[in-house]
Amino acid sequence: MNRQIVKLFGFIVVLFGILIGFTSYWSVFDAEALKEQNANKRPLFEQQQIPRGRIFTADGTLIAKSVAKGRGANKRYVRRYPEGDLFGHPIGYSFVRYGQSEFEKFHNEELIGEGSEFSSIADELLGRTQEGNDIVTNIDTEAQRVALGDLEEQGFGAVVAIEPSTGAVKVMASNAPYDPNRVPYDLEKWNTDEIERPLFNRATQGLYPPGSTFKVVTAAAGLDSGAITPETAIDAPGSLEVEGTPLENDFGEDFFGATLDTALTNSVNTWFGQLGQQLGNDTLFEYMERFGFNAKPAIDLPEEEVSESGVWDIENEEVLTAADPVDLARVAIGQERLLASPLQMAQVAAAVANGGEMMKPQIWKRVVDPDGRTVDTMDPSVYSKPISEETAAELTTAMEGVVNEGTGTNAAISGVPVAGKTGTAETPGNLACGGGENENQAWFIGFAPADDPQIAIAASVECTEQFGNDVAAPIFADVAETILNGE
Amino acid sequence: MTSARNRELLALVPVALLLTAGFAAVFSQENDQVDNLSLIYGAYFLAICLATHVYLRIRLPNADPYLFPLVATLTAFGLVMIYRIDETLARDQANWFVLGLILFALTIQFLRDYEVLERYRYTIAIAGLAVLLAPRVPGIGQQVNGAYLGVKVGPLAFQPAEFTKIAIIVFLASYLREHREVLIVGARRVLGVTLPPLKHFGPLLVVWGASMFMLVFIRDLGSSLMFFAAFLALLYVATGRFSFVVIGMAMFLVGAWFFAATVPHVHDRVEIWLHPYNEPQGNGYQILQSIFAQADGGLFGKGFGESLITVPGTDNALLPAAQTDAIYSLIVNEVGLFGAVGVVLVYLLITARGFKIALLASDGFSKLLAVGLSSVFAIQAFVIIGGVTRVIPLTGVTLPLISYGGSSIVANFVLLALLLLVSDRARREAQEPAGRLAAMGSPA
Repeated sequence: MNRQIVKLFGFIVVLFGILIGFTSYWSVFDAEALKEQNANKRPLFEQQQIPRGRIFTADGTLIAKSVAKGRGANKRYVRRYPEGDLFGHPIGYSFVRYGQSEFEKFHNEELIGEGSEFSSIADELLGRTQEGNDIVTNIDTEAQRVALGDLEEQGFGAVVAIEPSTGAVKVMASNAPYDPNRVPYDLEKWNTDEIERPLFNRATQGLYPPGSTFKVVTAAAGLDSGAITPETAIDAPGSLEVEGTPLENDFGEDFFGATLDTALTNSVNTWFGQLGQQLGNDTLFEYMERFGFNAKPAIDLPEEEVSESGVWDIENEEVLTAADPVDLARVAIGQERLLASPLQMAQVAAAVANGGEMMKPQIWKRVVDPDGRTVDTMDPSVYSKPISEETAAELTTAMEGVVNEGTGTNAAISGVPVAGKTGTAETPGNLACGGGENENQAWFIGFAPADDPQIAIAASVECTEQFGNDVAAPIFADVAETILNGE
Repeated sequence: MTSARNRELLALVPVALLLTAGFAAVFSQENDQVDNLSLIYGAYFLAICLATHVYLRIRLPNADPYLFPLVATLTAFGLVMIYRIDETLARDQANWFVLGLILFALTIQFLRDYEVLERYRYTIAIAGLAVLLAPRVPGIGQQVNGAYLGVKVGPLAFQPAEFTKIAIIVFLASYLREHREVLIVGARRVLGVTLPPLKHFGPLLVVWGASMFMLVFIRDLGSSLMFFAAFLALLYVATGRFSFVVIGMAMFLVGAWFFAATVPHVHDRVEIWLHPYNEPQGNGYQILQSIFAQADGGLFGKGFGESLITVPGTDNALLPAAQTDAIYSLIVNEVGLFGAVGVVLVYLLITARGFKIALLASDGFSKLLAVGLSSVFAIQAFVIIGGVTRVIPLTGVTLPLISYGGSSIVANFVLLALLLLVSDRARREAQEPAGRLAAMGSPA
């Protein structure tokens, strides 16, 4: 029987070898894929046991912290947002059961202190518990408060303020706001609220017809491509037949022999419509793309929470390109099917302010480890160079005219030269506004001081019966003044 | 012979150290400090092991020196893991451990001439199968996860299958010892397949029937698989006919396939095994969470006491049945692949020692008994570890000596006692051939 006994033992060795093989597969070889499984909540629960890093504004105001609950193996950390709804956008929230959004989601790895594989094994062997890093953002507390307060007075909308030379995002406010502390209680209600949509970041996700603010892009394309100079005169009648429909100026006013300054100051539709047609699809789309249209802004927020600006074919859910047939004259004045996010339009203003160089917009400023050492700092990086410095200077002059004597006088700040552009896009029948026939999307984009730009801002207000200069320009002035005074 | 016991004594030292270190690690995790209590637990355990060792020195001086330390290693490891899950469970388990050692000692005391078991083999087999039915008796039977596994009389609860496995092995070892010759000689070739003689095969068909019966009536897929695999292992060792094993396996598979199609409980188990992601929050929850816990362990594990067993802040299980079925997943989670491989190797070493005893033993019954007991032990470990690693469908058998459960601990110590009894005689005979010859040669 001994021969059989030895063979049987060999068989048992094989069986146990299979056990070791399967254990290795689950615990090592397939482990990463298993951790990604939706049904696997273990990684989330474990993250909950890590004290997540805090988030601060640039001036040291605490935006988010983690507080401990329970003891021993049941110890876990819950997120608290001391300022309530002030930073709901763009910081977002982080709760194990409800998930993560916005900044909290994008910067998750830093916030939970996920290092390289090597350092985490070293930590494990040394018995160190994982601790999250703090992140200091570029956000300016006072300016954010002013922006959100102004928006709450004017209506749903968004404000984005960017430092032109670095791309640092100093303000990102979206009305209606939400208090991230209430996520565990109100998430479902918010998700079904089609009117207020508090979880929707209107600054990055919202897409609105940019109206006349887009004329800045058209003018930039005209100047930079050499199609026009500041002295080029174009006859702009009060009304012009385009694609079978008349394109009209405000009050049907004629502007014969008008140059760029006059056209921008008075926001002359027929002037820019003709310029757009003269530029043609290829040139206008090329400049749009240089300014960041037809792509998602490269900001430090989750890709799915950032929208792409461009000429949208809503039915097919795609952004049109130069090859598609469009009504170019109306694209040139920010109509047609053109839609832009407030972030995108703030980037346009910032690029003009920064001598034609567009910086990557970034909310984070630096990462600080639990011992207080700065482990990483934001390096300003160039996104693109849409226009030359000369073009930027010529545009700035024209945009100053808008605020000094044109359609955007409410954006003026005493003692500080301001450059900007208003926009008022008619949005009749907009369901978000209750379907009224006189609703507008009011805009203002600009920067200050015009001669040494410190801040570029886009303000956009939905569902208003007033114009850009009435509702958006004052927000610009308030926010810009707050930021300039704070420095 | 004293050298064997001295080796056993030495081998017990690392076991006690392991236990103390384990308790200390769990303590430091739970209380942020090392309590004296961990040393006290270690000392108690060592004292009990020493007492057992002294007893073995007196009663079975020649028995295998490594079996008891290896078994103590698993028991100590199990105690640490259970202590880490729940202190009161660990206290129960420690009491079971002591009771197990008492029955261990009693077995050695009264079954020194273990051939006596052969005389009662039918009684033992029938009693073993009869207690299996107890869980279906109204009033004392208990249903767990759809299977009738337990009996509860007053405060005393036990799982009969743990004891039945020993009874079945004793019966099979004895029956096959007697009938192996006729099973081999009487075999006939039919259509190129060697078939066993039907007349002598009858009682063995009863074993197959009992396995199928357990599958359907007790719904205990795991024990059914375990018994039948042990039966095939013994049949192979006794007859050397691989074809018998193939026929037996085919019979089991046909039976299992038939019942998987007709009995919902068995069918569910197989479905969950094949498609766990169909109902990740329902039927598939346990096996998926078992696998996720292993994925989280990695090479080195998270450390003693670091695993999440319940959803934080609630009493909902994140790893269901962590102290019983899924304890292996908890081990992988806390001590990693390396720790788990260590545990599997200890099972393999115990099996190897058991097989070594069988090789040394001189008579057929001893050989078959040692092989049978070792095999059923190894197969039980395979069935549950294979279950939580998705090698086979997950069933509710315990991980021998590690899982929480009195019946399992006590039964396995009785199993160990029988192995040591066989070992003591085998090694004594192997060491004293001269003495035996002299004894035989002396005039009556």
